[in-house]
Amino acid sequence: MTVIGEAVAAVFIIAGSLVSILSAVGVLRFPDVYTRAHAASKSSALGVLFSLTGAFLYFGLVHNFISIRLLLAIFFVFLTAPVGAHVVLRAAHHSGVELAGINPRDDLKDDTDCSCPAGD
Amino acid sequence: MSSQLLLNLFIAFLWMLLNDSWSGSAFMVGYLVGLGLIFMMRRFLPDSLYVKRAWALVKLLGLFTKELFFSSILVIRQVLSPRMDFSPGIFSLRTSLQGDWEITLLSLLITLTPGSVVMEIGEDGRCLYIHAMDIPEGQRTLVKTIYAFEKAIMEVTQDV
Repeated sequence: MTVIGEAVAAVFIIAGSLVSILSAVGVLRFPDVYTRAHAASKSSALGVLFSLTGAFLYFGLVHNFISIRLLLAIFFVFLTAPVGAHVVLRAAHHSGVELAGINPRDDLKDDTDCSCPAGD
Repeated sequence: MSSQLLLNLFIAFLWMLLNDSWSGSAFMVGYLVGLGLIFMMRRFLPDSLYVKRAWALVKLLGLFTKELFFSSILVIRQVLSPRMDFSPGIFSLRTSLQGDWEITLLSLLITLTPGSVVMEIGEDGRCLYIHAMDIPEGQRTLVKTIYAFEKAIMEVTQDV
């Protein structure tokens, strides 16, 4: 039981580390601030989810200790990470940072009177 | 809805006190007893049973976990692709949700799902401007996901 618990926890923590590394690579490779914010906030949220779930399982299965604090940490990371990404991108757009020129579509700039369609 | 939950917690607490044991297990037993009592009295209570909404919330969480997982794989593939041949852009979407809480929850879920960030909410509070990683191809699935989120949120917040 202990060995299985340790193995499961280790798999989760390794997955979390891999996702964190990949999100760091994404921050370096992506072309503009908008896409970089995706990599920085989202993948790292998933990385935190995996690592903390692994720690939770380790304490739960190996030490028979249910740590509510780890679950709370996941909850708060998930509550704050998207707000950070939203505010960074909003500030970037308000101060006129251009999108990387692959795709010119920018509804927020073109559509100032908010006549947005019901999603095509 | 919250009054039912409070009543349930009150019955559980009372059960624990009557049993003279301060333990989690007595509280859980009392909670189940209270749930049974509320279930029997459900026709006299104004709202539908709160368990239904709790179940809707669990379903929303499940849907969110699924989306988080699959769209993470998508973004990781874009990170690792040798040529960055995706085209990020901003599109707008009108939501049918009402109320600040519902729209906040929807934006939170959209932003947590990799590949999409809510950048701005329009003047009337109904129009979401979403930055997406891949506009032509990704948008269709993204919009489908968002509508699934909307439906799940409605099941939680509105009495159906």
